[in-house]
Amino acid sequence: MRVSKRASGALAVGAALALVASGCSSGNDDGGDASASKDGAIVIDGTQPENPLVPANTTETGGGKIIDWVWSGLVEYPNNGGAPQNLLAESIETSDSKVFKIKIKQNTKFHDGTTVKAESFVKAWNWAAYGPNGAQNASFFSDIQGFADTYTEDPDGPDGPKKPEEPKAKELSGLKVIDDWNFEVTLSAPTAVFPTKLGYSAFMPLPDAFFATTPAEFGKKPIGNGPVKLVSWQDDVELKLTRFDDYSLRDKMKIKDVTVKIYQDDTAAYNDLLAGNLDFQQQVPVSSLAGDKWKTDLGERAIQTTIPSSGIIAFPIYDKRFQNKDLRRAISLSINRQEVTDKIFFGNRKPADSWANPLTPGAEPGNCTACKFDPTEAKRLLQQAGGFQGKLTLSYNADASHKEWMEAVAQQIKTNLNIDAVAVGVPTFAVFRANINSYKMTGMYRAGWQQDYPDVENWINPLYVTGGSSNDGKYSNPQVDALAKEASAAPSLEEAHKKFAEAVKLIDQDVPTVPIYFSGEQSGHSEKIKKIELTNVGELDITSVEL
Amino acid sequence: MGRYLVRRLLQLVPVFIGTTFLIYWLVWSVPGDPFAGKCGDRGCPPNYRAMMTEKYHLDDSIWVQYASYMKNLFQGDFGITFGGREISDIIATSYPNTLKLAVVALAIEAIIGLGAGVLTGLRRNGFLDNLVLVSSLFLIALPVFVIGFVLQWFLGVKWGIITPTVSNEMRFSELIVPGFVLGSASSAYIARVARTSIAENRRADYVRTAIAKGLPMRRVVGVHLLRNSLIPVVTLLGTDLGALMGGAIITEGIFGINGIGRQVLRAIVTKESATVVGIVVVLVLVYLIMNLLVDLLYAALDPRIRYE
Repeated sequence: MRVSKRASGALAVGAALALVASGCSSGNDDGGDASASKDGAIVIDGTQPENPLVPANTTETGGGKIIDWVWSGLVEYPNNGGAPQNLLAESIETSDSKVFKIKIKQNTKFHDGTTVKAESFVKAWNWAAYGPNGAQNASFFSDIQGFADTYTEDPDGPDGPKKPEEPKAKELSGLKVIDDWNFEVTLSAPTAVFPTKLGYSAFMPLPDAFFATTPAEFGKKPIGNGPVKLVSWQDDVELKLTRFDDYSLRDKMKIKDVTVKIYQDDTAAYNDLLAGNLDFQQQVPVSSLAGDKWKTDLGERAIQTTIPSSGIIAFPIYDKRFQNKDLRRAISLSINRQEVTDKIFFGNRKPADSWANPLTPGAEPGNCTACKFDPTEAKRLLQQAGGFQGKLTLSYNADASHKEWMEAVAQQIKTNLNIDAVAVGVPTFAVFRANINSYKMTGMYRAGWQQDYPDVENWINPLYVTGGSSNDGKYSNPQVDALAKEASAAPSLEEAHKKFAEAVKLIDQDVPTVPIYFSGEQSGHSEKIKKIELTNVGELDITSVEL
Repeated sequence: MGRYLVRRLLQLVPVFIGTTFLIYWLVWSVPGDPFAGKCGDRGCPPNYRAMMTEKYHLDDSIWVQYASYMKNLFQGDFGITFGGREISDIIATSYPNTLKLAVVALAIEAIIGLGAGVLTGLRRNGFLDNLVLVSSLFLIALPVFVIGFVLQWFLGVKWGIITPTVSNEMRFSELIVPGFVLGSASSAYIARVARTSIAENRRADYVRTAIAKGLPMRRVVGVHLLRNSLIPVVTLLGTDLGALMGGAIITEGIFGINGIGRQVLRAIVTKESATVVGIVVVLVLVYLIMNLLVDLLYAALDPRIRYE
């Protein structure tokens, strides 16, 4: 997932009034004035990208959204959250979900005028998958055959003295260029969801210019193939983007120039929005949500939308005290999620009632029976589990706004189960994550998950399968592992989703984590913008803007 | 005078080394590892960590790290951030902004503080004196961010007199309100110090002599009284420049100014020792030089003070 790096309120406070598809448009759907749009320019808010803009090396939202605009991938995720559609790909064919024949559209251009060819993908993916290049998104290529030869693990963990050994191969053996417009991908095991993943930024193509220079140099003035190109980037001040006139995939930009102004404080950006100096703010500040002030301030220009991200509290299952599933279920049932979302989030977030976020294809609303509020059953289960000894801590990182809701949850557990539950703030996200990553948690802890690509697979494999990349509590159920493996290898997405639904039923019995809420997003735009849409993850759809 | 200057300059060396090491050590001992929060809930891939650890010598001891940092620093190399930016670039772009803001704040606090101090010092216990007393207490009691947000909201959003945030050009007219916010508390202190100082010297022999000689009041106050009463005020102003630069972080945040405050905050959170030390080193130099300047100014203001 990408993580937000704004200093204040690092996590978006969400609003989700109706759990319908996201990507809603503003009050005025008439569209804008074509001539005003044609040479129009807008200013939108952003944060300083942490790293040079290289798709496979960007894991935070500040750089991530620029990458999403500057590049176009093989597939795209529709704004309404539905199944992915081909964009640069002419076709993606497979008979066994293991070998994929990918044909790309001919004669599309990079911003420097060179043509996007099959080779542009293969070379980019090989670069990202080669361990010593240190790409942050390298793990996305682990499905492809030969990944183990290009990417070696650190033999004694990141803190040990030994370094990973030199990889055996420089290129993924599973990638084969057939001609300029065709290439073939062989996976190490059948993976039905692979085509869905291809819309994630790690899989973007790179022009030859990338390989002629260093990633750091390239990333300061990246050359992509998307509807908009980067003109200049002044650190901590602004990024200037302009329409790429040779763009031939899907929609062209209707306006011409976009300036991404970098703010360190979201209240400053909000005040600029109200004063008409800023045209779009993706997330209005927490302070403006109380009493729905932002809706009064913005009127019809307020946009409330849902985003596929959930707030979760996880158990450290490696700790003996949390190994009884009745206890875990008791705790989950003792939490009144409706009350938390109403009182703490003013109804702007929705109480969680399913394991995967319901906006995700393949997810089933309401499949979390442990998410009900049932204090009587909770008490009974706690007794059956033999009670809970000692203090139950619920940790959160105190550098973002999590204190209120974590304290509310702790209070509910205390009241309903008579457990000595207390919410504990850890000063920074870095310290908090360091403890989680080294499996040193002695109590429950806040977790969050925002999907990387729209499929239920992304909500199961990383979180609940043994050895999953974010299975920090070390939850392990061989039956879940087996079902998830079958599901991942299913020949079609429908069958995969069916198998995942079975796995979720088992997860629901084990309660390895406690889903609390579904996130939302509150955005605002200026009077200048007449039409606007947000993408499936709540970013501005830059091609939709009309003035 | 010359010897004094050389001695003072030589004193800078141990202070410089001591502060840089302390800061380096403090950032180094902040708990948590720099990559724990960097890649979100998923964590950074091991190869990325290995590459960065090697590049930034993160597995060396603090002594080795500090020594190599200082060696590079003396060759004019401030190092690079984890994101690959030259720290000297960051310093070069963010320092002038903070300095501009601090100088505007200093000018505003000098004008307001001195003006109010002189007026009230000459007419003690009058209506004006009480008014200044109450309003300076009010300014001191209000936290900077309250003044900042209130002024931004009314002047910027409600009435549209200013733009809520400062543009990248940092025009002087845009800096008046942020400068006032930043210097507000200090101007209240200056007003009170100036008032006391003026009131005391008002009764001094040389003032009475000057009045008795029949000098016009303007000359008595403007030349004789003010010059002698300025010493404590100058001390306050001089040391305040450093404090304003280091303390501008809140004001910079509210008004969206790209200054050193945000850079230091970001670097501390991500454990980028090199960035923190680089910025603070320059700040330490500003402090030291300002203090030296203040000491030298004493001699200019009071002929009885001479340095050997």
